Amino acid sequence: MSEDGVSAGGGKMRRRDLLTLIGTVAGSAVMYRAMSAMALAGESGFTGPIKLEGDPKGASVLILGAGMAGMCAAYELRKAGYKVQILEYNDRPGGRNWSLYGGDTYTELGGFTQKVEFDKGLYLNPGPWRLPYHHQAILHYCKVLNVALEPFVQVNYAAYVHSTKAFGGKPKRYREVHADFNGYVAELLAKSTQQGRLDQAVTREDQEILLEAMREWGALDKNYEYRKGLLASERRGYVSDPGGGTTSAPIPSDPMAMSDLLKSGLWGSISAGHIYEFQNTIFQPKGGMGMIGKAFGRELEGVIAYDSKVIDIHQDAKGVTATYVNAKTGGPPRKAQADYCICTIPASILGQIPMNVGDAMQSAIQALYYDASIKVGLQFKRRFWEQDESIYGGISFTDQPNGMIGYPATDYFSDGKGVLLGAYTFGPAAFEYAAMSPQERVAKTVEYGANVHPQYRDEFENGVAVAWHRVPWTLGCAAHWTEALRAEHYDNLVAMDGRIMLAGEHASRLPAWQEGALLSSLDAIRRLHQRVMTS
Amino acid sequence: MRLSLRLALAVAGLLSAGPVLAQELHMGHFHEQTGEEIFHGVCQGCHMPNAQGAVGAGAYPALANNPHLAAPEYPALVILNGRKAMPAFGDMFSDAQIANVVGYVRTHFGNNYPSAFTAAQVAALRSPESPSEVEGPAKEH
Repeated sequence: MSEDGVSAGGGKMRRRDLLTLIGTVAGSAVMYRAMSAMALAGESGFTGPIKLEGDPKGASVLILGAGMAGMCAAYELRKAGYKVQILEYNDRPGGRNWSLYGGDTYTELGGFTQKVEFDKGLYLNPGPWRLPYHHQAILHYCKVLNVALEPFVQVNYAAYVHSTKAFGGKPKRYREVHADFNGYVAELLAKSTQQGRLDQAVTREDQEILLEAMREWGALDKNYEYRKGLLASERRGYVSDPGGGTTSAPIPSDPMAMSDLLKSGLWGSISAGHIYEFQNTIFQPKGGMGMIGKAFGRELEGVIAYDSKVIDIHQDAKGVTATYVNAKTGGPPRKAQADYCICTIPASILGQIPMNVGDAMQSAIQALYYDASIKVGLQFKRRFWEQDESIYGGISFTDQPNGMIGYPATDYFSDGKGVLLGAYTFGPAAFEYAAMSPQERVAKTVEYGANVHPQYRDEFENGVAVAWHRVPWTLGCAAHWTEALRAEHYDNLVAMDGRIMLAGEHASRLPAWQEGALLSSLDAIRRLHQRVMTS
Repeated sequence: MRLSLRLALAVAGLLSAGPVLAQELHMGHFHEQTGEEIFHGVCQGCHMPNAQGAVGAGAYPALANNPHLAAPEYPALVILNGRKAMPAFGDMFSDAQIANVVGYVRTHFGNNYPSAFTAAQVAALRSPESPSEVEGPAKEH
């Protein structure tokens, strides 16, 4: 095999031809993705602003819950001529769309109260924190409500991947693990190809393409090997970067040994950014995710009755009545009445509220428990991750119970303090976090984080911890759906029962995403409007 | 050219080491073993440190002075399979762990049901409907 040509299927193919071919293939792949994305956008339900045409003739809708689903329903139904009112348990709009700022107070179940001590402008998003580019419904409402967006950084090649059990517990940069893993896999595949081991699976001609692809993908040298050198360092970084003048020669870095890398498990943390929801471009509202809820709330001023705890939902031939009490002071029950009801109360709560719907919907509600998740925000005296480690936004991953460290994707180079997302985790670790007092959660998170960033020990100031199973109005972070539960209950959960329809992330196929809540809401009001127009 | 990373790894004979490590990193079981450790390390997240439960928009039931604990099968089944807002923990606890924590709550917080309850009895309660290992906990959002 010569330098400028590779054999292809017994003949010879010039490298330029080969690259042209790859370019063509890549081109069609890009085209195909674009086409399927368009098709998906159609299927997901957001096909542009909803149009509810025709006069509802004064029909009224009672909406339970002022989260994304409830406020979207109220906003659109009011615009279409309906009389709307919302009952909301909290004293603020947004629900899980929520940011905690300095001066805020948060009391979780059990009465544990935290006073947030962050500096002005710094915040924690206890719930959602990113908006994928293809979540067109939430992006639409940000535009409509004038909520300013900025890029959220998901993948940062300078961030860390860390295992307490690998490399002496020292974190590696994402780019090092990414480059070495791809490099070794490419080399192994190239070797297998050259040794004829892929003859059954890949034609001779395609093998030549594959070899060239592996060289590019893995940064392999001319012998199809991944090894220390400038080629590999262009991916994984250098010991000393190329510079100018007299001290400019780059010093390449040493790839990890393949066996060490494989055994480390760190490769398990480099693929998150490939997931559709985590692909560029991702957005966040400037000033915190809660800006969306606040904007919706302003728009719906006077429509939302805050501090309203629903204790009973009853429908009959004439309409729907919700009985509620003051969430803080209790007091005498009051009633809200309307022709129809869109109920966005989480299933975990709704399952405890008497409501006369059919067995099918009630079983579906009762079948959903909510998953565990926690978030911890930590304030530091300075942005050491930027100043010492050149990490600007993005996420580090660790095998410790805190799971992740998220760096703020805003206010870069600020001389002031900074707030990190010190923990974001699920499953057993999140349940264990919930069992601790808020102070213990923060202390543990600092302890874990210091194994990735030793600066924690000197720079930490204060923190706030939200464990979703202690959140009084959700009892968990989001509905736990499995394939089996979907098959048995989903259609029953989203079907209209008399005058009642459910909406929210739990009534969508995008659970835990605000997009799911909005698409569910839009679909519910579309069906409700159809019913009103035809009855 | 349709060659997935999975196939590439399979070709290189690497897949066997994968799932185990991935599980260690992302899934896992509770490490607490005794009933006391499990209650205060896990259960009190919702049922509260003195098992008194809590009330917000919804409520977590008190386990203190709770007559539903008279029969050990009831709490064991609720832990295994979940019930309403209570998550299913069948795939996160071993039979022995469940037997231990059931024993603990049945003999603390004003409950006095000292009859023995074993891991084998928990195992007998596991059904095909118990959560599978495959679905796992929530993923990030």
